[in-house]
Amino acid sequence: MTLTYELQVAAYITSAVLFILSLGGLSDQESAKRGVWFGIVGMAIAVFATIFGPGVTIGPVLIITLVIGAIIGVVVATRVEMTGMPQLVAALHSFVGLAAVFIGINSDLSPPHDMLPAELIIHEIEVFIGVFIGAITFTGSIVAYAKLAGKVSGSALILPGRHVWNVLIVAASIALLVMYMSGAGSWTLYVMTLLAFILGAHLVMAIGGADMPVVVSMLNSYSGWAAAATGFLLGNDLLIVVGALVGSSGAILSYIMCKAMNRQFLSVILGGFGGPSGEQQAIEGEQIAIDADGVAASLEDADSVVIVPGYGMAVAQAQQSVSELTRRLRAKGKNVRFGIHPVAGRLPGHMNVLLAEAKVPYDIVLEMDEINDDLPDTDVVIVIGSNDIVNPAAQEDPNSPIAGMPVLEVWKAKQVFVSKRGQGTGYSGIENPLFFKENTRMFYGDAKTSLDALLAKIA
Amino acid sequence: MKIGTPTEIAKDEARVALTPSSAVRLQKLGHSCLIQSGAGNAAGFNDDTYREAGVEVVADAAALWKAADVITKVRPPEASEISLLDQNKTLISFFYPAQNEALLADTNSSKATLVAMDMVPRISRAQKMDALSSMANIAGYRAVIEAGNNFGRFFTGQITAAGKVPPAKVLVIGAGVAGLAAIGTAQSLGAIVRAFDVRPEVAEQIESMGAEFLFLDFNEDGAGDGGYAAPSSPEFREKQLACFREQAPEVDIVITTALIPGRDAPKLWLEDMVKAMKPGSVVVDLAAERGGNCDLTEMDKKIVSDNGVTIIGYTDFPSRMAAQSSELYSTNIAHMLADLTPEKDGQINHNMEDDVIRGATATHSGEITFPPPPPKIAAIAKPSAPKVVELTPEEVAAAEAKAAKQAGYRQIGLLCVGAAFMWLLGNYAPASFMQHFIVFVLAVFVGFQVIWNVSHALHTPLMAVTNAISGIIVLGALLQLDSPNGAVTLLAGISVLIATINVVGGFMVTRRMLQMFQKS
Repeated sequence: MTLTYELQVAAYITSAVLFILSLGGLSDQESAKRGVWFGIVGMAIAVFATIFGPGVTIGPVLIITLVIGAIIGVVVATRVEMTGMPQLVAALHSFVGLAAVFIGINSDLSPPHDMLPAELIIHEIEVFIGVFIGAITFTGSIVAYAKLAGKVSGSALILPGRHVWNVLIVAASIALLVMYMSGAGSWTLYVMTLLAFILGAHLVMAIGGADMPVVVSMLNSYSGWAAAATGFLLGNDLLIVVGALVGSSGAILSYIMCKAMNRQFLSVILGGFGGPSGEQQAIEGEQIAIDADGVAASLEDADSVVIVPGYGMAVAQAQQSVSELTRRLRAKGKNVRFGIHPVAGRLPGHMNVLLAEAKVPYDIVLEMDEINDDLPDTDVVIVIGSNDIVNPAAQEDPNSPIAGMPVLEVWKAKQVFVSKRGQGTGYSGIENPLFFKENTRMFYGDAKTSLDALLAKIA
Repeated sequence: MKIGTPTEIAKDEARVALTPSSAVRLQKLGHSCLIQSGAGNAAGFNDDTYREAGVEVVADAAALWKAADVITKVRPPEASEISLLDQNKTLISFFYPAQNEALLADTNSSKATLVAMDMVPRISRAQKMDALSSMANIAGYRAVIEAGNNFGRFFTGQITAAGKVPPAKVLVIGAGVAGLAAIGTAQSLGAIVRAFDVRPEVAEQIESMGAEFLFLDFNEDGAGDGGYAAPSSPEFREKQLACFREQAPEVDIVITTALIPGRDAPKLWLEDMVKAMKPGSVVVDLAAERGGNCDLTEMDKKIVSDNGVTIIGYTDFPSRMAAQSSELYSTNIAHMLADLTPEKDGQINHNMEDDVIRGATATHSGEITFPPPPPKIAAIAKPSAPKVVELTPEEVAAAEAKAAKQAGYRQIGLLCVGAAFMWLLGNYAPASFMQHFIVFVLAVFVGFQVIWNVSHALHTPLMAVTNAISGIIVLGALLQLDSPNGAVTLLAGISVLIATINVVGGFMVTRRMLQMFQKS
């Protein structure tokens, strides 16, 4: 059975519409569950229309690769821990990048026949761009994966003259493109691929820690553009549409993350966290510690509690204990809510997923802008493993490296408890005046151990 | 070390500098405690409760002063007490060294170490030993209670079967520790509370206590060093008095707490304001000791003005609540001794490098160490951001118009660049490419519109699902599988494999995540 070209296009249009509906469904939690099915059906239609369409014969290679790929996908998806989600997303991006590289090289090895000269030029540019973006996505995602999985150090690697190297690589790639178009042969494409591999790895190596959400969403965007470039290469509109959707989605996410950190996209991408621009305000006071009894007593008295989780909660795997604490406090009739900063964690929306996994109802998990106005009327704020996103220096000290970054104004609450492993600084390496405020008490220790000790005191 | 506390010999002083609970704290530091028999009686702690807490009860003052290494007291020492000091002893009490120079010299001649509790610097670290604040807190509370005692009406408004009772209106002048305590107390009794302070930054604190801040439209910051108020200019003072004059006929209770360090209390509630008040109203002057904020205040007395306004000038509010104030004061002292005993081994290490200890020490090893150098860190960080210049509405509108114009220019510029690019593309690119390009550009715009609506909480599922659908690249690989070239088939096969992992893994993991989101 072979579908006609017209039928295949009709199927592609259907799946494009389904993909758009799938993304549109993510506007709230309930419609999102339906949205995923739109995406799955769209993908199934697209794949079947291609397999049964012109130009593809169903052979053993096709079936075996599809089945093995599906099995691996299922295993990976069911095994992954929710805290390991950032690594998984990064790893999956690298696959798209690598596939784009291979498809581009294939297209060079067996070019389409009978093309006009103008079409040939465009085709060659398309091959080059597709491979370039794919290669950057591939190595960039691999490095991001290694960083997020803790296989290499998460801090930024700053090579001397790194901007010069990046510019040189891009310039060399353009030179190779010109040579390729004037018939210098396939080796130019391979050399450029190598250079792009290096560029992708280097770009991500230079970005560290709390900037990772931007990196992951940027790579998300790249993987989309790589798919779109492949679509141009093969003249396939569905690939172009989906690539553009994914590309713009990643770009918007990167933009939201940058805005949440008050940073320029370019300065994040170029890597290296800037030092302070002037003398920072000295902090007076001392960090006053408190034990589980003290925290429990305060919680007993409180009517409203806001919990601000951060990456530290994910590291300590404390989300279940947080959920249990929430459940017990709510059973006592207290108003418990969560305040989530857009860049909390290592992936956009990371905290929401962890809390959802621990069965915290999503309607008490609020965004920064929704909760900030309520904080002055809140009795107790518990900060669990977050630091920079609750740093008052962002508003009070114009010389702070994070000056101007929107933060959760937890210090306005009547009482703040900070669960933290030790007296160290956060990712940005700056002191947090919050810890020295009069209404702040430090609840030292691993987040999970501390919370379990606290749960023992709260019936 | 032995910490001893004698009976206060000042007249009507009911407080005591050691309570059974603070004795337990001191014993944890490795000290042993002594108390003169009967010292705690006036504050409600008898000798037996001290004994139960492990305190040794000493029969008379002479024996106590002889046995103790550290003597803790409330009031400054009197001459008879100073004669009992020697160079090995430390005295911890209120002292007011600036006002009591002769007494300071006397104490110094004994070569004893003197720690003045009123000189503890006002920095965050020293708050736990800030006895002035502890006492001011009590004074503020008690001032409201005394006012209530002399006020013939309810504080809270009620509607009863016998008619409507309006709520009392309370005006608190000076929102220091005492003022804020008074605001809180009056508020919790149900009164309508207004408050005034020359330091505009306390407005937030006043409002946080539930009172209304009387705002003066005047560009002067009345904050001085150490979080205290500074004297104000004559123009400011006039404005302030005018504001009070307006309030006088309305308010039922006035509590004044305005003090400027090292000066007589400013006169803020003048005779004509008292005259303007309703009969039965009450003025409580917490500044009576320094001459009073009210013209008519007489120190340590309660008087009634000609028009029936009661004016209370007591200076012993903390002593009137001796149990509470002894508890807080002795805890302040215990904190001070904790800082003086860093090793918790019962040995006092009088570290003159420490800001807090240095600040509070008035004499040490035969030298007068008052006044202390300023503390290394400021009490309250000055707001560092320069005041934003207020723009007139016209300027704001002009700036907005300019910004809009600039945004317009930028957009037009971008459109021109885009148009030029399109023209170039249209000139050189083949028709088939342009077809695909239309699709691409429109899809980018659709993507932007759709993604902006995605809820922040679902950003991780969004990434997972976009990941899954970017596996659509599998289509390209499928189309290349049927190649005569073996290398192409191999690369295409690998691509199909990994893109399939992407598609299946991405969708499954998205589904798993979305299942977890549950409503309460």
